[in-house]
Amino acid sequence: MSTRELERLDVEAVRKDFPILSRTVRDGRRLVYLDSGATSQKPRQVLDAEREFYERHNAAVHRGAHQLAEEATDAYEAARETIASFIGASSGEVVFTKNATEAINLVAYAMSNAATAEPALSRFQVGPGDEIVVTEMEHHANLVPWQQLCQRTGATLRWFPVTEEGRLDLSDIGELVNERTRVVAFAHQSNVLGTVNPVETITARAREVGALVVLDACQSVPHMPVDVGELDVDFLAFSGHKMLGPNGIGVLWSRRELLEAMPPFITGGSMIGVVHMDHSTWAEPPQRFEAGVPMAPQAVGLAAACDYLSGIGMDRVAAHEHRLTEYALDVVGAVEGVRIVGPTETVDRGGAVSFVVDDIHPHDLGQVLDDRGVEVRVGHHCAWPMHRKLGIVATTRASFYLYNSVEDVDALAEAIRDAQRFFGTRPKDKDSA
Amino acid sequence: MQLDAMYQEIILDHYRNPHNKGLRDPYDGEAHHINPTCGDEVTLRVTLTPGDGGELDEKATIADVSYDSMGCSISQASTSVLTDLLIGRTVADGMRTLDAFTELMQSKGKGEPDEDALDDAVAFAGVSQYPARIKCALLGWMAWKDAVSKSLDKEGV
Repeated sequence: MSTRELERLDVEAVRKDFPILSRTVRDGRRLVYLDSGATSQKPRQVLDAEREFYERHNAAVHRGAHQLAEEATDAYEAARETIASFIGASSGEVVFTKNATEAINLVAYAMSNAATAEPALSRFQVGPGDEIVVTEMEHHANLVPWQQLCQRTGATLRWFPVTEEGRLDLSDIGELVNERTRVVAFAHQSNVLGTVNPVETITARAREVGALVVLDACQSVPHMPVDVGELDVDFLAFSGHKMLGPNGIGVLWSRRELLEAMPPFITGGSMIGVVHMDHSTWAEPPQRFEAGVPMAPQAVGLAAACDYLSGIGMDRVAAHEHRLTEYALDVVGAVEGVRIVGPTETVDRGGAVSFVVDDIHPHDLGQVLDDRGVEVRVGHHCAWPMHRKLGIVATTRASFYLYNSVEDVDALAEAIRDAQRFFGTRPKDKDSA
Repeated sequence: MQLDAMYQEIILDHYRNPHNKGLRDPYDGEAHHINPTCGDEVTLRVTLTPGDGGELDEKATIADVSYDSMGCSISQASTSVLTDLLIGRTVADGMRTLDAFTELMQSKGKGEPDEDALDDAVAFAGVSQYPARIKCALLGWMAWKDAVSKSLDKEGV
């Protein structure tokens, strides 16, 4: 990022684009939406784009020769170009999936299919003696598919531990990622801790041993500038709904050369080359990985989301969230009885702030927060092993986006104090001065 | 404020001072249940005394319910209330109470709780307005049902 002070993002102007943010909840309370890590709200521009597709151009894409089919196909492929350029990719490298979970499963199942295929696919094959490396901070979506791949193929799953501070412990990277390692899969940014992981260090080691690198970018692509050319990973997955786009669309990016070599996961219509009764050949990527009538309206909506974010500038979005995170770590961290789970300084850290409050279970805390209009996530946030490692059953997580303001953070801190009063656990009001 | 409707004083009392907590021996059946959305868990044991026919069946008396658990106020209080309600009753009575409690939880805040059957457990009526919390309230009850079923199975072997 440039050293010049970025022009600040105008939160009030941004908020006007999101109809849902003007509604009230729980008896007329102002909505304080702090759960964008789970799913983001949608600006009018995205909703309009999706609606316009349905109202003007709706047809099954890559099928039929009528005018609507042409328009729908053009809109779908134009959306792919927009989304690809948003991450610095070319459109032939972007595969649409249902969400990031499906994108990661696509890679894991393609490898599984390769395991029983001809030797030509050996670069994707894993089996007994091979190792797959993940991290202890993974979302279940980037853990369970690899567990399953190991179970199906006899490969061994290994993982980077997480330190008390919520960073990856890379001290054993030389041993952990070794000549037996075939895949290294990890989150760009932790959905619970906010930790931004050192992609370069891990990727460099993976390159030394010839392992494929899979990056879960669900919490990075929506929140910071991401350029696949700079990252130099092999696969990158993210979800549309976490970045102002519609539900039901996600992206798997990979280098063209890898996609061309990789066998399909889901088979069926429009992913084929030629079909005979007893065998078939495959279409070129990305179609090879997009069986069935695809989610064209959602692709168009996601492209509109990319345009919206690009219009503001991802560096400004990131800077805004950085300020909010810094403020939240100060203000929420200062409430007595609150302990932040994850890095407490903002270096290599994104806008997910998880915490525990002494003597109040997250479910109960979330209930009081909700009563005050403050909507957060409570539980293990699909990262159960990491919570177990840190000795915590569950946490409360506030996650920010471009439409959140410092007032939202203040509302969170105040609601936490309310909860402490409600449950009678409030320590002396030392921090209220 | 709706919160008060949910967090009745009786619930908070049971949460702060749970009744019959701790695992005890001997027991006839044990169940371990986890709420997968939050990781809350309960281990619950049931000890039965045979009824008149000398069998561990529906007429058996629930001599003890002991448990160890960790979780939110709703799951903790609900399990505590369960032990108060069910210890000393027959398995058949317990199942009827479970049915009444389950029905109350599914009532979306509009149910008329069966006060005779539920006693202190009517305090959980407010929970039924919060779908995300119903599982919390039912955690201990589902473990109890499972533990009883294992107690009866054991006798049948």
